[in-house]
Amino acid sequence: MNRPHHFNLLARVLHWAMAIAILSMLFVGAGMVVSLQYRDQLLALHRPLGIAILLLAIVRLVNRLTRPIPALPADLPAIQKFAAHASHWLLYGLMLAMPLIGWAMLSAGGYPIPMVGGVHLPAILPHSPVIYGWLRPLHGVLAYVLFFTILGHFGAALFHAWVRRDEVFGQMAKGEPK
Amino acid sequence: MPTPTSRGSMLLLLPIAVILALIAALFAWVGGWIGHRGLTPQQMMDLAQASGKQQPGFRRAHSKGICFAGTFAPTAEAAKLSTARAFSQRSIPVIGRFSASSNNPYAPDGASPVRGMAVQIKTDDGQEWRIAMNSFPFFAASTPQGFQQMNEAGVPDPATGKPDPNKMKALLVAHPEIAAFMAWAKTAPKSDSLGSTRFNGVNAFRLTDAHGVERMVRWSMRPRTPVVAMTPEQLKTADVNFLAADLDKRLAAGPLVWDMVVQIAAPGDPITDPSKAWPENRQEATIATLTVVHAEPQANGPCRDLNFDPLILPTGIAASDDPVLHARSAAYSVSFNRREREISQGKTAQPNVQNGSAR
Repeated sequence: MNRPHHFNLLARVLHWAMAIAILSMLFVGAGMVVSLQYRDQLLALHRPLGIAILLLAIVRLVNRLTRPIPALPADLPAIQKFAAHASHWLLYGLMLAMPLIGWAMLSAGGYPIPMVGGVHLPAILPHSPVIYGWLRPLHGVLAYVLFFTILGHFGAALFHAWVRRDEVFGQMAKGEPK
Repeated sequence: MPTPTSRGSMLLLLPIAVILALIAALFAWVGGWIGHRGLTPQQMMDLAQASGKQQPGFRRAHSKGICFAGTFAPTAEAAKLSTARAFSQRSIPVIGRFSASSNNPYAPDGASPVRGMAVQIKTDDGQEWRIAMNSFPFFAASTPQGFQQMNEAGVPDPATGKPDPNKMKALLVAHPEIAAFMAWAKTAPKSDSLGSTRFNGVNAFRLTDAHGVERMVRWSMRPRTPVVAMTPEQLKTADVNFLAADLDKRLAAGPLVWDMVVQIAAPGDPITDPSKAWPENRQEATIATLTVVHAEPQANGPCRDLNFDPLILPTGIAASDDPVLHARSAAYSVSFNRREREISQGKTAQPNVQNGSAR
């Protein structure tokens, strides 16, 4: 199979844009729930940014599944290969699940779901204290799982770049040479 | 295959670990796990549920309540003040909730110093407005920190069974505005009916009209039912749930109506301090009538699982910078999360259909 040496441009743009968006989201989310003064403003940012991430994650997943991707180094130990694949699919799962759980949770809580400019999303679940009571803590717990997965992903990227000095970091950081 | 380049030293794992630890520490600080962040809504609700007779599955304050249904009808005057659809849609079905201020859902109505009214208004443009008002004419404290300190001072000292008078003295020095509220709570006459109770949204909001003109307002629901004040003796001997019984009796005879009036701030009025009433002679406008036609116990009522967050606002109405308003939104959210969690785990004292007092 003829595999590229780098992720395609769309994958790279989405990766770095979503890295900023998702990290911002995690910090906004963690901060807003303990804020007395800024919860509403942060929430007003959190909702549309979450839906934007959901839409971008769908585009990214389609691109990932339909386009060829570069291979991991042949000499990478099996355990590290497994960790790479598992963490990548966990990241995909969480970047899709978190906005959906947030949307579902607000629906079950009987909350309106305003975006920007008076546009509202419809409820995707019935108003139910039982469902809300499970989804709300799940959203919080998975946010921490996502944060630590990203931290591990970033640590692994730096390990590839600085210690192994292999091609992995460049696959996402650079395009094909002209 | 690219040929492997020379590997870096394993000592480089150290800066990687430091970078990851710094990001994790920043996240922990933002999330309130480390460092001093000042008062949080979690701390406010911890104190609320540790005092009084908190029951699982109920609100952390204003636990006792009655759901109601009715209509909200704006006046012609309203549309001149705000582009919010609630100010132009002819008649809007609403649900709401009357409440008593204690966190004990079985507290006697006569003992409640404060009554509350909350309303949910969903308009035909898909927008929503939630209003939370109280029977006090101004809030107890200027800031959430002052309110928290007041509640801390009110916690009985385990040694004496009574609040520590020194804490109360320190409170009034730090937050002198609270004295006015205490005087109100002691002396304000209490009416014999929720239908004749005036409810005030003590926080300021910004209305924006079609020309983009902004006005800071405070709203209140003024009852058309005449006030009949109860004596302290009557309050003491009244039935535990006399307000619910009265409401049922009055609604059986006909609807109860409130006029919603906004007071419009003049330059210099304290917009961000809910403990300071604006002068009586400020310009006012009657913007709507609220007609309540039906009441039911909250145990199975539609108001139970709604968070009447006062910052759920439609386009045309915006929050002021009043810190108490923002803290109410944050604290109600924590209260809602906790009680819905209890309900989902089956740990709730609700619904309690056998005991009619859990209204």
